[in-house]
Amino acid sequence: MPDSNTIITIRNVVKRFGSSVTAVNDVSLDIRRGEFFALLGPSGCGKTTLLRMLAGFESPSEGEILIDGEDMDGVEPNKRSVNMVFQSYAVFPHMTVHQNVAYGLKVAGTPKGEINQRVGEALALVQLESMADRKPDQLSGGQRQRVALARALVKKPKVLLLDEPLSALDAKLREQMQLELVRLQKSVGITFVIVTHDQNEALSMADRIAVMEHGNVLQLAPPAELYEYPNCRFVADFIGKMNLFDGQVVGARDGRVVVRVNALSDRVGDLELPYDGEARGGVGVAIRPEKLRLSSSEPVDEPVRLRTRIMEVVYYGDENHVFLEAGEAKFTANLQNVSRGAHAGVVRGEDVWISWRQEDTLLLTS
Amino acid sequence: MESWRNNRLVFAVLALPPTAWLVIFFTVPLIIMWVYSFAERGPQGQIELAINFANYARAIEWIHLGIIWKSIWIAAVTTLITFLIGFPLAMGIAFAPARWKNVLLLLVILPFWTNLLIRTYAWIAVLRTRGFLNFGLEWAHEKLTILFGFFGTAQVMGEFQPLELLYNQKAVVIGLVYVYLPFLVLPIYATIEKLDKSYLEASLDLGAGHWRTLFSVTMPLALPGIISGCLLAFILSMGTFLTPALLGGTDSEMIGNLIARQFSSSRDWPFGSALSFLLLYLTFIILWVRASLAGRKAGPL
Repeated sequence: MPDSNTIITIRNVVKRFGSSVTAVNDVSLDIRRGEFFALLGPSGCGKTTLLRMLAGFESPSEGEILIDGEDMDGVEPNKRSVNMVFQSYAVFPHMTVHQNVAYGLKVAGTPKGEINQRVGEALALVQLESMADRKPDQLSGGQRQRVALARALVKKPKVLLLDEPLSALDAKLREQMQLELVRLQKSVGITFVIVTHDQNEALSMADRIAVMEHGNVLQLAPPAELYEYPNCRFVADFIGKMNLFDGQVVGARDGRVVVRVNALSDRVGDLELPYDGEARGGVGVAIRPEKLRLSSSEPVDEPVRLRTRIMEVVYYGDENHVFLEAGEAKFTANLQNVSRGAHAGVVRGEDVWISWRQEDTLLLTS
Repeated sequence: MESWRNNRLVFAVLALPPTAWLVIFFTVPLIIMWVYSFAERGPQGQIELAINFANYARAIEWIHLGIIWKSIWIAAVTTLITFLIGFPLAMGIAFAPARWKNVLLLLVILPFWTNLLIRTYAWIAVLRTRGFLNFGLEWAHEKLTILFGFFGTAQVMGEFQPLELLYNQKAVVIGLVYVYLPFLVLPIYATIEKLDKSYLEASLDLGAGHWRTLFSVTMPLALPGIISGCLLAFILSMGTFLTPALLGGTDSEMIGNLIARQFSSSRDWPFGSALSFLLLYLTFIILWVRASLAGRKAGPL
């Protein structure tokens, strides 16, 4: 049941377009008051449709949406206490920055004095005070986005919806805006719901993330949990990079599951992995690239170790991505360049030992 | 896209036929008319070349200014009514489901498939004293009389008087609205169609209703199309000849008819040429005002 900590309740929401397309398929989730919530997924996963249903531009085919305890069924977008930052920003080109931000207050019949005061505050919040009289075509992409933010925040919504807000910015500006959005969210205390296909964006900004695919929410968790404990192959693969192998459960031993990975069994034998719960049949075994350790001599203390050949080394400055092969099994290892020439010995064609800790291994049952 | 421009020969070959066409059948006749406009009419209606401004002086005599003013007035009323009908129509098509859009656009353009003369004659059949509209009204009058007859009060309906719908300015305006509606709808449709719909959603999202959004966001953003459409309807109706000639009466002679008469029954080509150029200059002024307004808007504040 929704409690006072819940600002948005989505219950069994289904959205169908026509008779064949189901964009959102029975989604239920609660968004907490004051949190930074991310809907993450590849394009076409239904995340934008879900956001547009929160804004009121689409209505659910089934299920209900409650915003602050109020059923939103049949409530027009202009009557909802949520505001949206559009992917294209949709800053009105025929109005100045000030007029854009004032628009929402003007249509609500706010007194002129209060409008000017609140617009001033909103522009200060996004550091655009000096641009108030400019037209949108005299602003950069980043500045236009700030106008869109100020225009939505000035309405003091219960929830701010952001549709891929950073996708149109260049990499450097995007990183800067990520930090700024988090700062902004903490300072205004409004619930932010952001839609993104960029896992870095979601991980770095959100308090909790819902990963969506084919209209379903696959996992809803804080960033660290999502990254370290993905609950299925899709999430494991979509968030960050992953070395993923097919295996079979061959036994269970005091809270641990014994798994045979076909591509590895002749080199490392069966893996004993910590797992609470039932697991049988075919499973996925996964290990993050940065959790692999490389060594030139055999790491005899490590229970999971195997000899591999370096097929390729890709240099990124801050880290190297090393592509390794051992028979059928292919690995990617990420090595931090913690000092100059830290991995001078890691070159193509060499053989190295790789190892990882049992407890860093993930068992994926779906 | 740029490369073919660099090939001069291809460019010349492609550009020659249309250029020749325009020069021979448009520019040269225009120059001839421009020369005529300074000429004099001989006693038999022949053209005697001269250089004087008598034709232009005559063109701005009160009687002719009156006709020009009436043309502007009829064109303005036509444009206003066309806009009131055409803007909602353009909006409706732009926001219609994708599979209906092309059908609706086709319906707008459909009248072009029939000759304008025939379509205008059709209006005569509709509007004349014993036309379809009056028949319809008479039928309704008759039924109402019978209805009132049941209550014994048939006399309140009185005798049916057919409306005088044809051969006056109203008929001209009706005909012009009909003819130039597509010219106004298409440019407005094109701008609304191209409009990023998230502007409208943003307006709704910020608390504005649909009407507020229409006047504060949709119309200002569609303004270039609205101006183009209205100018097109205005300029075309101002210079029209056929519609007032067929549907108009003695009170609705427009500048187009005046010009036509100079080239036919009056046999005064020089004066007709001067009037034509006056109309052309008027059109240029309107377009120039529009262009300079657009230029000011695009530039920095």
